[in-house]
Amino acid sequence: MAGIVGYGAHLPRHRIKVEEIAKVWGADAPSYKKGLMLREKSVPPPDMDTITLAVEAAKNALKRSGGVNPVDIGAIYIGSESHPYAVKPSGTVVAEAIGATPDIHCADFEFACKAGSEAMFVALSHVDSGYMKYALAIAADTSQGAPSDALEFSAAAGAGAFIMGKDNLIAECLFTHSYMTDMPDFWRREHQFYPQHGGRFTGEEAYFAHTKGASKALLKKSGLKPSDFTYAVFHQPNGKFPQRVAFELGFTQEQIDPGWLAPRLGNTYSGASPIGLTATLDVSKPGDLIFMCSYGSGAGSDGFVWKVTQRIDEVRDKAVRTHKLLDENLIYVDYGTYAKFRRKIKMNE
Amino acid sequence: MTMFSSRNWREYPQRYRLEASKFKKSGKTYFPPRAVDPETGDTAQEMVKLPDTGKIVTYTVIRTAPSQWTEIAPYALAIAELTDGTRLMAQVVDCDVNAVKIGMEIRIEFRRIQSESDHGVLSYGYKFVPKWY
Amino acid sequence: MRQVCVVGVGFSQWGEVWRRSLRGLFVDAAMNAIKNAGVDHLDSLYVGCMASGPFVSQEHLGALMADYLGMKGLPAMRVESACASGGMAFRQAFIEVAGGFSDIVMASGVEKMTDCSGDDATAALAMAADQEYEVFNGATFPGLYALMAHAHMARYGTTRQMLSAIAVKNHKNGAKNPVAQYPFEITIEGVEKSVMIADPLHILDCSPITDGAAAVIVTTEEIARKLGKPYIKVLGSGLATDTIQLAHRADLTTIKASTLAAERALKMAGKTIRDVQFAEVHDCFTIAELVILESIGVYKPGQAGPAILAGETALEGKFPVNSSGGLKSKGHPVGATGIAQIAEVYKQLTGQAEKGRQIPGSPKIGMTQNMGGSGASSVVHIMEVA
Repeated sequence: MAGIVGYGAHLPRHRIKVEEIAKVWGADAPSYKKGLMLREKSVPPPDMDTITLAVEAAKNALKRSGGVNPVDIGAIYIGSESHPYAVKPSGTVVAEAIGATPDIHCADFEFACKAGSEAMFVALSHVDSGYMKYALAIAADTSQGAPSDALEFSAAAGAGAFIMGKDNLIAECLFTHSYMTDMPDFWRREHQFYPQHGGRFTGEEAYFAHTKGASKALLKKSGLKPSDFTYAVFHQPNGKFPQRVAFELGFTQEQIDPGWLAPRLGNTYSGASPIGLTATLDVSKPGDLIFMCSYGSGAGSDGFVWKVTQRIDEVRDKAVRTHKLLDENLIYVDYGTYAKFRRKIKMNE
Repeated sequence: MTMFSSRNWREYPQRYRLEASKFKKSGKTYFPPRAVDPETGDTAQEMVKLPDTGKIVTYTVIRTAPSQWTEIAPYALAIAELTDGTRLMAQVVDCDVNAVKIGMEIRIEFRRIQSESDHGVLSYGYKFVPKWY
Repeated sequence: MRQVCVVGVGFSQWGEVWRRSLRGLFVDAAMNAIKNAGVDHLDSLYVGCMASGPFVSQEHLGALMADYLGMKGLPAMRVESACASGGMAFRQAFIEVAGGFSDIVMASGVEKMTDCSGDDATAALAMAADQEYEVFNGATFPGLYALMAHAHMARYGTTRQMLSAIAVKNHKNGAKNPVAQYPFEITIEGVEKSVMIADPLHILDCSPITDGAAAVIVTTEEIARKLGKPYIKVLGSGLATDTIQLAHRADLTTIKASTLAAERALKMAGKTIRDVQFAEVHDCFTIAELVILESIGVYKPGQAGPAILAGETALEGKFPVNSSGGLKSKGHPVGATGIAQIAEVYKQLTGQAEKGRQIPGSPKIGMTQNMGGSGASSVVHIMEVA
């Protein structure tokens, strides 16, 4: 089957600590830190958005692609819940910036936190069917939680990009499974700035039911068991959920560790499991099996089984590693700066 | 002042992809591209893409900024010389503005440059960030 | 080529002139110049103005100003070269008289800068830079000169104090100039404690936003003599351009257009820079005065700063610079600045500078240097006592 020819991530350097947000709203920082396993989250500066993150992630994917010519990319799909325009695609800007226009198909995807894995699924399918040589899937978000809402402690920014192809693979996709029901757990109506959610209703019946539904079906389809995998990556709205779902499915902490980014990155929404996959590929070895399952409110999950090839050793350091972006040279901001960066302050027009 | 969107669109090859002109005779690269080589008068040229790393030649920090830039003020502005010798001006972001120095190594990143309030077109382009990896 | 002379000068009120419009400022200065020269008519009119469109939505200044000066029918046109518009208008008048096309020409300059917001004024001034590759990326005018300042400091060890000394010296001169917008003295500490605009330039390194107009009467020596008023001779005029973008200049510590303009003006005058005894230069920012003095050859590269600190450019120094107070203290109504510089040299050479600011020793040869943008255009004139 088709797979990943090049991958890359991009993250803002700015971070805000849970304590800094909690201080402003009189919230209990320890309960977020322990209960939800969130320590800090990435903050995009004002000149960074889904499009700019997507461009940089795509450039990193090209660097690891072994020389894919951007004009040979037949489709560009960007999954995000924070496309800068309500009408006007993000993908056109990204395609133009990487030099992939004009013979290319483009669509922006939206499915809460699952939009990125959707883009990956569709890109893979196009390539696997032989319809095109390469397809670029990008998962990017600069999500906003309403001030003082629980989501404000997690809503973060980042992007992961994957060039799908059939030859010269870094990781082959062995199986996929998608799982979806209609689920009113989280939404944002047209013209609204912040999303709303069903509180604890986003847990058991939403995240866990769908993640497990897709994961179990994928394990069954593939005939593999959790212990067959070297690594596993789950959607991570916080640090706690992916850990719990991994354990309940029979995966271990060691398996999720490289892609378990939420405690320090926050929830990068569409980017969450895709960026987790980039961090996991960074440390994987030829032959490793990687289990991946996204989740998007609304609600659904896309599952993938990846098998890492020999090429990983050759390409992993052709672009910056995700953990380097996550761990090094961070700039911590206070709530005032964060509020300014995220345009939470009412200004004169 | 409102920038009509065609004006920005026309510059995409430069702002998005750093396309420059390299003249055949002198081998010199000019950004943005131009029709005539100012040194030789030559018009024969090819399109090249600028490298994405270089060093700061001079800088300033705009502390009192027009309201259009208040969102990002104070901001550093610099002229950098890229590894091919081409020079261009851009903001230096993702660092303490007081840490910007002549000789500092930079990398070019794709960033949002301007946005016309909440309803206008978004303009993207290049900025410098410290080259830390 | 006929000998060209300046025979009279006039100013409007300068500063925040709330009671005068663009045309009102011009008419005040023009009528003062006509009266000062004693001419009974004009053969043509040049109006230097940088940005009346952005500032007050008014273009078509040649016709407007001739009309309101009561001279409809007069050949009149506007000249624009950013902050060098005034100097360019003077050069056009010089060429017209020298070439024998007209005998009595008014060269004027005007700018009405306070009828808009500070943001709009900043945007209007930034139109002199490359909109697509400088201003688009966040460049402001103080920012462009600040980039030159840091380059100069890094290359020559130029200090903050040297820049401050320029502002202090110009305010000292301007304090005695009745036209000056800010006629008061300042201190080195005052400059360095003032608000930072663009590192390393503080607000007191920057010329202000000014409303104002100036006009001079340009004519032949024969007519000047007949009028019986003091006059000066224009010996040379030089104009040059450079890259619009700062990033495209190989050397950021010099302003090449000024070097070329000065060389051309001196060559026409048959003089060298050593023959020139004082100058009015375009100190839109303190660093500009320092760089210009090196660019036009008064000092070697890196030598202007120490000379300024040693007092060489003070009113009683060996080469007085900006006896008017310069753009810094006198004000900088951009289109009017180049004309005001000519008027200052006229006053100094004819001994008409106000009490306490006449350059000692009756200088015989003076020079003006006016420039646009970050130095992409520059115009230099050499004048001699009659």
